[in-house]
Amino acid sequence: MVKWTEEERRIIRGVWEKVDIDEIGEELWARALIVYPWIDRYFGSFGDIFTTTAILKNPKLAALGKVVLSALDTAVKNMDNFKALYAPLSRQHYEKIKVDPDNFRLLAECITITIACKLRAELNPQVQATWQKFLSAVVEAMNSQYK
Amino acid sequence: MFFTAVSSPLITSFFSFNLETKKAEMSLSGKDKTVVKAFWDKVAPKTAEIGGEALGRMLTSYPQTKTYFSHWSDLSPESAQVKKHGATIMGAIGDAIGKIDDLQGALSKLSELHAFKLRVDPANFRILAHNIILVLAMYYPADFTPEVHVSIDKFLQNLALALSEKYR
Repeated sequence: MVKWTEEERRIIRGVWEKVDIDEIGEELWARALIVYPWIDRYFGSFGDIFTTTAILKNPKLAALGKVVLSALDTAVKNMDNFKALYAPLSRQHYEKIKVDPDNFRLLAECITITIACKLRAELNPQVQATWQKFLSAVVEAMNSQYK
Repeated sequence: MFFTAVSSPLITSFFSFNLETKKAEMSLSGKDKTVVKAFWDKVAPKTAEIGGEALGRMLTSYPQTKTYFSHWSDLSPESAQVKKHGATIMGAIGDAIGKIDDLQGALSKLSELHAFKLRVDPANFRILAHNIILVLAMYYPADFTPEVHVSIDKFLQNLALALSEKYR
């Protein structure tokens, strides 16, 4: 696991404090599915996700957004050992949902872009670099059981 | 003997079909072009600033990209060199949008420059594109809807492809 400095912890917590899980959670999957439409291969049971309008008002997607951000909350609160905590999630995505792990990177980028829309200049270059470093560690944790 | 067997009409048409689909892969629709042009017109007054920001963030978040700029004295986001070059890049992107129907032609000279002189690994075009997108989202959060995002992302990807054209 990454060794975080005090400064990095402060920055990551600072960003996370400003994230409203309900608000960002609702937008997250809409952006991902509109920008990377091939992701819909994993959403067979989600009903209508085939037009922008349908995607933007699909309640299952909004709910899943909150689930993902709650998991991210766990990582923020356990920065020194979330890799172990994420192992069951990683295994689930590998063995049950069978997600191509490149999608973790795509979703991480969508999370950052959505947060950039909200935080704007507060996400200065140093904050962006630290936040992206954190998300890379999360993506790595999600990859850990793919073997 | 093997080669005469391979040149049957069925196989030739299979290969050319695949080449055609490869060229059409994720290419820009009429809608994409309209969206990109309209959004670029809107952000025109700030493109220089946006370019400088995007380049500065790329150098900060992806330190491996600094290896291409060792001839600059200051690689921080506040650097005048960084800001100037970011503006240059955005100018070139704006020009390309004016020739959006023939990106390969529009970027031919720049592709040669990047391929033979600068020798930038094309993987870095994706990294810069991400940072341009992030800064656009920061500056225009209400306008940078998912639909605008996807068209800009596609456009930058096509731009990168045109920029890589002369590499090999």
